Amino acid sequence: MKRRNFLKACLIGGTTIALGKTNKGWASGSFEGYPEAMGVLVDTTRCIGCRSCEAACNKEQKLPEPDTSFDDPAVFEHERRPTSKAYTVVNRYQKEQPSGPVYRKVQCNHCNEPACLTSCFVNAYTKTKEGAVIYNSKICVGCRNCMIACPFNVPGYDYDSATNPIVKKCILCYDTRLKYGKPPACVEICPQEALTFGHRADLIKLAHERIRATPERYVDHVYGEKEVGGTSWLYLAPVGFDKLGFDTTLSNDPIISNVKDFLGMVPMVLSIWPALFSGIHLLCKNQEHDGHGHDTDSNQEDTKP
Amino acid sequence: MSSFKHLLVAALSIGAISVSSPAALQCAPVPDSITLNQNGKLFSPFTFNHAKHIQSIKECADCHHHTTGTLVTDPNCVRCHQNSSPTAVVSCKGCHLATPFSPETLAAKRADKQRFHLDKMGLKGAMHQSCIGCHNKVGNGPTGCQDCHPRTKEGSAFYSSNRKGAKPAHAEEE
Repeated sequence: MKRRNFLKACLIGGTTIALGKTNKGWASGSFEGYPEAMGVLVDTTRCIGCRSCEAACNKEQKLPEPDTSFDDPAVFEHERRPTSKAYTVVNRYQKEQPSGPVYRKVQCNHCNEPACLTSCFVNAYTKTKEGAVIYNSKICVGCRNCMIACPFNVPGYDYDSATNPIVKKCILCYDTRLKYGKPPACVEICPQEALTFGHRADLIKLAHERIRATPERYVDHVYGEKEVGGTSWLYLAPVGFDKLGFDTTLSNDPIISNVKDFLGMVPMVLSIWPALFSGIHLLCKNQEHDGHGHDTDSNQEDTKP
Repeated sequence: MSSFKHLLVAALSIGAISVSSPAALQCAPVPDSITLNQNGKLFSPFTFNHAKHIQSIKECADCHHHTTGTLVTDPNCVRCHQNSSPTAVVSCKGCHLATPFSPETLAAKRADKQRFHLDKMGLKGAMHQSCIGCHNKVGNGPTGCQDCHPRTKEGSAFYSSNRKGAKPAHAEEE
């Protein structure tokens, strides 16, 4: 094969790959989650901070014994985040307000377009059609990119095992319950029905209906309906979400939107640039070489007689 | 068959019926005490003093919606239930399902396109919200978990209560 043909083929091939990838990237921006995805609506006006959900999660996921009992209110003195030993935690806010404290359960929100999944280069994460974001600990290499990528600071990390360190987080009880259409353990135990399980699409309607029916009870916003492209866990609140520790600065675009334009360029850079620049380099070098060749030839010719 | 089912439901929902009070007797006998949480595993069953609540609240509809007592006054409910007379099924369990999120319940809800009460509370949620909500409002009723139903041995293990008082990890850091 001639060098010129080879370079031409490289260029055409590279462009095709680059364009193909970019189109796929654009298409993912309009993804609004699986139509049959399930979810949980958290009504913070109902939660009484009993922490039964934490206990149920602990038992269902066979997590280690807690530092203190699940009915110890002392934990509310500090804001907590989910860890590898507790996939869900309840925090207390607005303690000083006359309307009484507001409790907020925190766990993986199971994004429609998860940033953890996007950031994982070994594809350990999967967004199932039921809506759960699960992960395969056998594939995980322990890079912890997902911990940095998560806009909600969710994934915890198990440092205890040096040989098999793995990321741990809520999986919506996928293996034991969700797969069979059953609600997660936290929902089932909640005495106040602060957690409502159902199809995500139905829950959004339900949430707006609660706001419409009792506008004095809620602020007019469903957190998670649109944030970072939508999440399977949705929240209703009696006060501004920023007062309950929610990040209200998040964009409605999924996290992947921040990087997909850039990532779309990667195949182009990887495939076209080497071919292009080595082509230019070779051509330049070739001309130089050819020139030299002619020179030597002519020199030789000159010296021949 | 259906009447037998009704009886069964009534018998299940109204645990121990002792003496019927003579007042306000129109259809079903009014139980003086009811055993709640009969199948509780983490918390023991307990006796709810119905008679005492009737004496102090007096208004049946405060807890029973339009199913018994006076007509509803909530403007939202009045739109349809303005003339709703007492129903045959009065117990909480008659309407509020014990399994509000089971696959069967969710499927039935999705299939019934005309259903209005899509956000109907489950039995556990309805009872806790009704009891705790009122006790908080009135300010003299029990609101703690074990104030009504003491924990079983299994329940204590479930809540890891033996670790009570142990310092949480973050407290040690300080």
